[in-house]
Amino acid sequence: MRSVSELLSTDSNREEWISSMELATREVFEMMLGCKLTRSEIAADGSFDITAMVGLAGQMCGVLIVRCNARSATLMVSKMLGLEPGEASPDVLDAIGEICNMVAGNFKNKIAGMGDGCLLSVPTVITGKDYSLHSLPGSASLEVTLLFESMPIAITLQLAAKHSEN
Amino acid sequence: MNSIRALIIDDSSVMRKIVERSLRQAGIELTQVFEAGNGAEALAILQESQVDLILCDINMPVMDGLEFIKQLPGVANAKEVPVVMITTEGSESHVVQALSCGARGYIRKPFTPEQVREQIKPFLEGKP
Repeated sequence: MRSVSELLSTDSNREEWISSMELATREVFEMMLGCKLTRSEIAADGSFDITAMVGLAGQMCGVLIVRCNARSATLMVSKMLGLEPGEASPDVLDAIGEICNMVAGNFKNKIAGMGDGCLLSVPTVITGKDYSLHSLPGSASLEVTLLFESMPIAITLQLAAKHSEN
Repeated sequence: MNSIRALIIDDSSVMRKIVERSLRQAGIELTQVFEAGNGAEALAILQESQVDLILCDINMPVMDGLEFIKQLPGVANAKEVPVVMITTEGSESHVVQALSCGARGYIRKPFTPEQVREQIKPFLEGKP
C-alpha cells in the first residue's frame, strides 16, 4: 500500500490524472451528447446545484463527482435524448447520474491497472447547494472545470488515503 | 433496412432511451422495443414476448446482466437470441467474463451509433 499523497506526489502524476479525467469527460460529452467541451481557466465557484457522485472501490478508493447547475443539466439531457429542453426535465437527475457513471468508468479504464481492479457504485445525485462534503484525513482531491455550452461543469476526484499498488 | 424486435435492459430509463435512439440512428428499424430495468424484469418479458436482439447493461439491481445471461437458456422463447452487453465496465476481464457467460458482443459506454451498429451487424444478417 502507498498513500494517495505519495501516488500523486509529483506534478506530472497529478497532471496525468487530471488529463485523464478531462479526456474521459470530453469523450462522454462528444459521443453521447455530440458536444465539445472546452477547458475553463476559472475554478468552480460553488454555485452548482446538482451534484452526481459515483463511488470507486478496490485498487482505487474514493468518489468521482460531477457538479453543474440545473440549466446546464437540462440542456445535457435534451442533447442526450435529442429533445427540446422543456421536454426532458423528468429525466434530468437520471441523466446526470448516468453521465457521472460513464465519466467514472471511462476514467478508471484510462488508468493502468484500474479497469479490472476498481469497481463502481451506482450513481447518487444530490440537488441543492446547502451541503458539505467531508473527506477522511489524508485524502487527496483533483479537480478540472470544463465549459459545456459556456456553462461550467466541475469534475472532482476524491481519493481515500490508502491506495493499493497494482 | 433491417427491422428487428429489441429488448433493452438497463436500470437507467435515460440510458434505455439512448440505446433505442442509437439503434435508430444506426439505421436499424425497430418494429418493437421492450424495456426492462433489470434482468428479472427482462426474463418476465421474455416469457411472454419474442425478440430478435437483447442489449443488456451489467451493473443493475435485483438481477445483474451476467446473471441474466446465465438464466437466459432456461427461457424457451429466448435461448438463441443474441445478447450484446452495453456497460461502463470496459476492462478486458469484464469482456471475457461476459462472453464466457454467453454474451455475443460488448459495447463500452460511452458509445456512438456507429459502434452500436458495428457490434450488432452480425446479428442483422438475414433479417428483412
